[in-house]
Amino acid sequence: MADIDVIGLTAERAMGLLRAGECTSEELAQAYLDRIAAVDDDVHSYLHVDPERTLAAARAQDASGGDALSGVPIAYKDLLSTKDVPTTAGSKILEGFVPIQDADVVARGNEAGLVSLGKTNLDEFAMGSSTEHSAYGPTRNPWDLTRVPGGSSGGSAAVVASGCAPWSLGTDTGGSIRQPAAFCGLVGLMPTYGTVSRFGVIAFACSLEQVGPMALTVRDAALLQQVIAKDSPNDATCTGPREPIQVPEAGRLDGVRFGVPWAELEEGVEPGIRARFDESLAIAKNLGAEIVGVELPYSRHGLAAYYVIAPAEASANLSRFDGVRYGLRVDGKDIRSMYEATRDAGFGPEVKRRIMIGTYALSAGYHDAYYVQAQRVRTLIRQDFDNAFANVDAILLPTAPTTAFPIGARLDDPLAMYANDIFTLPVNLAGIPALSLPNGLSDGLPSSLQIIGPAYSENLLLRLGAAFEAEHQFDFVPAAMRGGL
Amino acid sequence: MSDIELTPDEVRHVATLARLGLDDAEVERLGRELTSILGHVNTIAALPIADVPPTKHSHENADSLRPDVSRPGVSRDEALRNAPDPTADGFRVPPIGA
Amino acid sequence: MSTPWQKDGYEAVIGLEIHVQLNTNSKMFCSCPNQFGDEPNTNVCFVCLAHPGALPVANAEAVRQSARVGLALGCRIPDTSEFSRKQYFYPDSPKAYQISQYDQPLCAEGMFRVPGADGFEVRITRAHLEEDAAKMIHAGGDSGRISGSAGSVVDFNRVGTPLLEIVTEPDIRSPEDARRFLTLLRATVVAIGASECDMEKGSLRADANVSIRPIGSTEYGTKTELKNMNSFRFLERGVEAELERQLSMLQAGETIEQETLHFDPASGTLSSLRSKEQAHDYRYFPEPDLLPVTQDQASLAALAADLPELPVARFERLSAAGIVEATALVLATDTELAAYFDDLASRTGDIKVASNWVMGELQAHLNADNLSAAESPVTPQRLAELIGLVVDGTINQTAAKEVFGALVEDSAATAAGVVADRDLAQVGGDDALGEIIDAVLAAHPDEVEAFKGGREQVVGFLVGQCMKQSGGRADAKALQGLLRERLSA
Repeated sequence: MADIDVIGLTAERAMGLLRAGECTSEELAQAYLDRIAAVDDDVHSYLHVDPERTLAAARAQDASGGDALSGVPIAYKDLLSTKDVPTTAGSKILEGFVPIQDADVVARGNEAGLVSLGKTNLDEFAMGSSTEHSAYGPTRNPWDLTRVPGGSSGGSAAVVASGCAPWSLGTDTGGSIRQPAAFCGLVGLMPTYGTVSRFGVIAFACSLEQVGPMALTVRDAALLQQVIAKDSPNDATCTGPREPIQVPEAGRLDGVRFGVPWAELEEGVEPGIRARFDESLAIAKNLGAEIVGVELPYSRHGLAAYYVIAPAEASANLSRFDGVRYGLRVDGKDIRSMYEATRDAGFGPEVKRRIMIGTYALSAGYHDAYYVQAQRVRTLIRQDFDNAFANVDAILLPTAPTTAFPIGARLDDPLAMYANDIFTLPVNLAGIPALSLPNGLSDGLPSSLQIIGPAYSENLLLRLGAAFEAEHQFDFVPAAMRGGL
Repeated sequence: MSDIELTPDEVRHVATLARLGLDDAEVERLGRELTSILGHVNTIAALPIADVPPTKHSHENADSLRPDVSRPGVSRDEALRNAPDPTADGFRVPPIGA
Repeated sequence: MSTPWQKDGYEAVIGLEIHVQLNTNSKMFCSCPNQFGDEPNTNVCFVCLAHPGALPVANAEAVRQSARVGLALGCRIPDTSEFSRKQYFYPDSPKAYQISQYDQPLCAEGMFRVPGADGFEVRITRAHLEEDAAKMIHAGGDSGRISGSAGSVVDFNRVGTPLLEIVTEPDIRSPEDARRFLTLLRATVVAIGASECDMEKGSLRADANVSIRPIGSTEYGTKTELKNMNSFRFLERGVEAELERQLSMLQAGETIEQETLHFDPASGTLSSLRSKEQAHDYRYFPEPDLLPVTQDQASLAALAADLPELPVARFERLSAAGIVEATALVLATDTELAAYFDDLASRTGDIKVASNWVMGELQAHLNADNLSAAESPVTPQRLAELIGLVVDGTINQTAAKEVFGALVEDSAATAAGVVADRDLAQVGGDDALGEIIDAVLAAHPDEVEAFKGGREQVVGFLVGQCMKQSGGRADAKALQGLLRERLSA
């Protein structure tokens, strides 16, 4: 039995071990399962782990003689439908639910020979920025167990940061890949809208969300993006990437023009985050890039527009949880009392809040003032980015204005919680890609740089990210995670 | 509409549309929270952008249609697998009532 | 227009909302088979059961068929249309929203004309594409009605069936016209091949918006909606009953309330239905999971050119050719019979003779044997052969009917064969007819005398006697001429 240290093991390295015959997929899976058994009681990043199933899948890959990524483990956000494997979306209303179909991205993972280690925790229906809104309890940040891992893909971030998976898939509706990646010192990619199939992704806000990779390195993120970014007949809004995703090499940035929206940085950014950001700008210049100012005047309205559009879509998307075909049912004397009792018992407070906002915003008399107006702001935000990209190759911003905050700190103030996504939301509203990667520590907690590009510029973002990554030399293993807890 | 304050009756009306059975404490709390969130959202209400076309779709393409080919769905057992109150061949629901 | 419904100074104002299930192979937004009558919950999948993560993908053929129907109804087909979510909670709607179309329907303003001397025009407001709901099987209660039911079982086979909703302006002025309009509209959709439009199976369903107003008024009164009348007759009777109800209410000084009504054909009465969503706040918004549907004018022109002859056009063609209106209407609304007729007319070269045969002997035989025109053993080719024998004088009308009966009985028989076997050829020629006439005149000297005394009527009697003598085979026209000649000699 090979003695495999999975802490800080990249997927690329894991693939190398498998292809060199230094370990089997089964041994690798077992090493991760051991690590999960050792630390996940404290981190609570997985909602469902089935060792027998995982080992059987690993043995199948060993027997298949597959190449490339065959046998590399992965963890899936529990928002992704997995056939015959419980899927909850972090909600009581789906407790015990067993899907009859795989999400397209899970099917792509299976085709590539990836071995699922389990399903990761999240804010209920991906609504949140801290994973505290999971009905199954919060996930803790492997860098500091008193802090949140970010959200909503907090479980998918924590599994990678704690060595409980080499990489994972998350979903990003308003920052839900990038912000937890930032809080946990990882690389996260929010792909261009329509390049990854949403089929089988339990919908929160259809017009805003995409599935994307969360990984230790930019190259790993690129490798996983290669697996999932495919056209699909099951998703009318998915046409796949315009060009094949490339795994990047680090290099210089001569001739690259970065835009920085200075006005956005004036308020609410922690000094440590700002310092790391300024250092990243200096790195860019040293590598030959040019930094110019850009203006995104409507970005400041992104939060307001987002908190109309996303809840509006969510209010409709979550109506199907009605106690008729699956999930929780609380009995009632008639159909309406059954609906109301089921949904009252099944949804947590944040989900109810957003359903209420969305229902209100779409209701008679308010539809135009809220919903249509928000969609106009969305048009202007897209135009802002279009205008900026006429002059620059990519835009730089911090991913989040703060480092990971303490568990419970923002639970009672929804607006403060929402404000943490101020730099990520406009990207979803514009449907464009962004890469988040760690750029150092601030008071011992990861800080992150966000690189935003025009639609279909994933290869550019990955190449730029690889250049920064080589210079940042970020040590992605949290001190607390070395050698176990 | 800069100062929106949701009354308990308005909260209950919205909750009825959304089929959320809220108790009085939830009605009170949500009234407060929605008032605060909508207060922020209202910052865009006054923007003079009536002539800007709303973004209705995130993808610039159109016509992603499916050829009319049928294939079998799932078995009835699979369809009923997660049903809270299945019968031999369907999904039972309470009376429609009032 | 046929007689408008007008009573005591009020007139009827009627608009229809018609739902047509399109007969595509697969459902509107998933690949499940689109078929009727299977075991409950066997034509269902991840998507139409609205499992978490399901996404719709629109059926291209449903879009194409809808555009064809729209073109046939004289609609404008906009360059872009889009789907929207119409939200309401009900167990027959698994997503709790129906994917429908709201402010950008596939088919916009159209005009449909019911032709003829008392024809009329109905403006089409729009036609939009949506998905059908599931079927609720109500346990207990009174035969499928909702109230008083002990609970229900949901069958999702029907959910997601492509549904084209056609909405008219309130241009119809009588219950009879509502039926006539719907009959012709149904024939049009059937002719296109977009739907079977079988009201019994629910593939055609009609709701009526009914109101009355003082004659001459241009304002509309408060309307009520009559739901799902499942036959043409029930539509006519239901609207009639509602008009009478509204009239008596107004005359009693009561106010009509906007409500949804159910017509019970057994008792002829109307009852109020509970509304699905009391507030009727559907909270429409554009469906983010689907992209807009675009149409280019060149493809639409090709689609329009490719439409078959439509009932209204057929009616006009036949009327112009001299076919009486009643016949033209029957042929206009029965595409199969019309195809038979056209085939026969082109073989015989005489549209009137073809129409007499189709409306006479053929229809009688189809009704008696419960067959459609295409199913009849007497093909247009066989019938044309028979008609040919009449036209060339080989047989007369009486014999022709007998031959037709023989062709129905024996699908291997030919008209000429039957004539030969049964010796049905016409007795013509002066010699043969002369013999018969001489014998008849000799046998009826009194009648001959009467004729000579000026009683013209006896000619008919004598012709009949001659025909009898010939075994029905005499050439009637020649016989009459020769008889008069002999009598006048």
